[in-house]
Amino acid sequence: MTAPMGTERRPPDAALGNDLVMRASDVSVEYAGPRPTRAVRDVSLELRRGEVLGIVGESGCGKSTLAYALTRMLRPPARMTGGVIEYFDRDGSAVDLGSLGGEELRAFRWEKISMVFQSAMNALNPVTGIGSQMEDVFRTHRPGMDRSARRARCAELLEMVGIDPRRLRSYPHELSGGMRQRVVIAMALALEPQIVVMDEPTTALDVLVQREILDEIERLRAQLGFSVVFITHDLALLLEISDRLAVMYAGRFVEYAPAEQVAGAARHPYTRGLLRSFPDLRGERREMRGVPGSPPDLRHTLTGCPFAPRCESVFEPCHTVAPRLLAPAGSWPVACHLHDRRFAVAQTDGDGR
Amino acid sequence: MAALSTVPVDGSVGAPVASSGALAAARAALGSRRLLAGVCVVGFFVLLGAIGPLFIGNANLVGTVQSAPPSAAHWFGTTEIGQDVFEQTVVGTRATLEIGAAAGLIATAVSVLIGIGGGYLGGWADELLALLSNVALVIPTLPLVIVVAAFVRNTGLLPTIFVIALTSWAASARVLRGQTLSIRNRDYVLASKALGEPAWRIVLVEILPNELPIIVSQFLFSMIFAILGQAGLAFLGLQSPDLLTWGNILYFAQNSQALSSGDWWWFAPPGLCIALLGAGLALINFGLDELLNPRLRVYREPRRSGRKATLLRRTP
Amino acid sequence: MSALTVTDLTVDYHQRGGGRLRAVDGLSFELEPGQTLALVGESGSGKSTVVRTLSRFVKPSSGRIALGGDAAQDAARRGRRAERRAYHKTLQLVFQDPFASLNPMHTVAHHLRRPLLLHGDHRRGAQLEAAVLDLLRSVNLTPAQDVARKHPHELSGGQRQRVAIARALATNPKVLLADEPVSMLDVSIRLEILGLLDRLKRDRDLALLYVTHDLATARHFSSQIMVMYRGEVVERGPSDRVILYPAHPYTQMLAAAAPDPARTRAQSAEARAQRIARRDGHGAERRESALDGGCRFRSRCPFAMDVCATRPPDLPTAEAGHVARCWLLEPRPTGASGAAS
Repeated sequence: MTAPMGTERRPPDAALGNDLVMRASDVSVEYAGPRPTRAVRDVSLELRRGEVLGIVGESGCGKSTLAYALTRMLRPPARMTGGVIEYFDRDGSAVDLGSLGGEELRAFRWEKISMVFQSAMNALNPVTGIGSQMEDVFRTHRPGMDRSARRARCAELLEMVGIDPRRLRSYPHELSGGMRQRVVIAMALALEPQIVVMDEPTTALDVLVQREILDEIERLRAQLGFSVVFITHDLALLLEISDRLAVMYAGRFVEYAPAEQVAGAARHPYTRGLLRSFPDLRGERREMRGVPGSPPDLRHTLTGCPFAPRCESVFEPCHTVAPRLLAPAGSWPVACHLHDRRFAVAQTDGDGR
Repeated sequence: MAALSTVPVDGSVGAPVASSGALAAARAALGSRRLLAGVCVVGFFVLLGAIGPLFIGNANLVGTVQSAPPSAAHWFGTTEIGQDVFEQTVVGTRATLEIGAAAGLIATAVSVLIGIGGGYLGGWADELLALLSNVALVIPTLPLVIVVAAFVRNTGLLPTIFVIALTSWAASARVLRGQTLSIRNRDYVLASKALGEPAWRIVLVEILPNELPIIVSQFLFSMIFAILGQAGLAFLGLQSPDLLTWGNILYFAQNSQALSSGDWWWFAPPGLCIALLGAGLALINFGLDELLNPRLRVYREPRRSGRKATLLRRTP
Repeated sequence: MSALTVTDLTVDYHQRGGGRLRAVDGLSFELEPGQTLALVGESGSGKSTVVRTLSRFVKPSSGRIALGGDAAQDAARRGRRAERRAYHKTLQLVFQDPFASLNPMHTVAHHLRRPLLLHGDHRRGAQLEAAVLDLLRSVNLTPAQDVARKHPHELSGGQRQRVAIARALATNPKVLLADEPVSMLDVSIRLEILGLLDRLKRDRDLALLYVTHDLATARHFSSQIMVMYRGEVVERGPSDRVILYPAHPYTQMLAAAAPDPARTRAQSAEARAQRIARRDGHGAERRESALDGGCRFRSRCPFAMDVCATRPPDLPTAEAGHVARCWLLEPRPTGASGAAS
């Protein structure tokens, strides 16, 4: 299923067309075990060149697993059980990620798509200087490059993320968390990939540093034109930085919408609940509830809507029929019976709240 | 085995979480082939040691058939002076196990006391106990055992047990100390402190249970060490010759040049028994480790994705 | 009378090589029964050290921590043991990480029985079990019988944090320290837990210290806010005033950095462009570095001036409304008034 994407206004500064850089169709991932966990269930998404796609959800909703699947970095016991992930290069050639084997996949990753993890800043090798770790990227992927060119490129990269190039000789422990995360971002951008997948890249950082890094990512994206898949539990942050937003619940996308419009007009009760979970810094004090309850156990088979037990607008069909991601006329895709024409009678009840 | 039912939950998505309850633990235990194999081997020897000697009179009895190879009458053959090797091996099982278990228990108890005690107390007490275990660790064990064993002119089980126990606690004391240092700063221990719990309760109720898997594993290792050490001592003639253990059988076999005269049936059974028992204990250890540490769990995956996995791992 | 009075609290950590790190410097505040004081700061600000010191895990270098109430005074007269007991009964804390604060080996009931046995007039038996179930119900963990039997790994993060709160309440304390109680939890349940703490505070007349890095929840769940930066309080005042009209440049930056769902994309982009323009390219390192002497914030401060290299003005110790430690706010910033604007 390729979900029809609503047309939205593009920011004028972004020089990007509508050409896709990645399309994932019906991706499913399962963790093997005595009772297999279906962590990602039939997720489809399209990523356009230069756009920021935000994926938000609670822990355990499958968002990190999806990130690993998109970069084909799943490790056993996790396994992609279905779906196709296609990558479209600048020259228009398409690559099916599933068909790539060993060497090709290695070359593809980092070259075309790279990843920044939350813990990446702690994954730098503590006994090697950051310069040599950055050079490793070139040593592996650009064997022809000579030593001085590598050095120069690394210095350039550090400068790009706001670090003094003399820091190349420093060891990771000599840098603060924010600096290390900058180094990791510089490494991810080293080969000028088309897509950078970021999994909670700023969550472990302080507010001010987090803000600086986000600004940096935004600046680099404008400058280099890569696309970003940004994964976090922080919806407030995503609303600010992403073009489109996918809300994930129990392994599925439940709402897939232009970020700017979600804030005021979220369709899915879960999205609305998440929005309510962030107290407004400067607004009126109001009663705040969040979303009571906890997400379902993905090891069980789910009947009906997985969100039904926590939903405030729940009505009959929710317990029996699983909602599909459908786009009502003039709107964006949402997986909720409230917005399904088949249950239109109930919809008028539900929307009033 | 209550320790088995609680598996540390790691936060990762969809990680397998063992359900609690003795039943689930038992089922999981049966699922681990290593554990099962180990339990079978060790269980066999324990039964043999417990029941076997009841059916056998005096295993040291000298017979008329000398240096005979295995036959229907003498399953493992006979020694140079006509003793039945099978009977000796069966009877020797008991003393061997007793020494192994007792020395292992004592060594573990000492290491728990010194390791956890020092780790929790901290400060100069910890420094002192750590120094003690470091010194004990670097002293070459076997020569020390030999010297001490030769010094205590041995008469029975006890000297052997103590000599082995007191030379083998240091390594596990270090492991336990390290673990205690990490646990004592965990929030749940701090929470107990904030409630004003007395120190002994914090150690016994909050810290110790969390180290049970390590303690059990250390116990199994020191038991292996004790059995091997005991065999070594006996082989060198540093054990009372009245005591019938596998090591002593080897000692007499060696003394009578069983090896050069080709009487393999004399030294092979006790030697194999030592190896088998050691392997059984080690298997239990690995099996428990596998059960308690989800990351070591083996997933039987289709071949293709297994290959993929290795490729992925190599990629930076 | 205040439930807890902290005067001039200073905490030093000894570092390898004999150096000292001043984690908390001259901190004074009071906690009032039935009120929440939010202690806001980033990692490294010393806010966790404050909690650890108040919980007596760390010894302060100097300063006074005094519990209010007659019981505490009585106990202090009866000797060190009694004083210690009374202190642990009166002051309890909730940890940040509910996955680490419960012992994986023990059931929920075990965690609640201990404080009841230690500090309540309970004996083992039916009455104790009833008290355990009451505690679980007071934090909305139902059915209480089932929950009591479970081990921590069978509970979700939110449920664990409720158990941790119930444990803290079991001694019937007067002062509750909550050290980032929701930062490890999913956003969707954070407000519930904070709401629970708020309700318990009102019902039991607790003096609550809410330690957090999140300005928005600090504003909504506390009456007073205290902002810490590298061991010092830089601003203090009624929560609405501190957030809506921040006086110290640090608080201003924190407030500006917080994501604001009410802001449109265009506004965000505008704000971002401004921030980027104001920062020079390679300043990241300088901004994150620590400085000795003078105002500790000056390496990051957009208004830094010469006088900032000297020690900033002292914060008024009395509860004097909305105050901040900054030369900008002094009536006579020596010859540098022009640089402020």
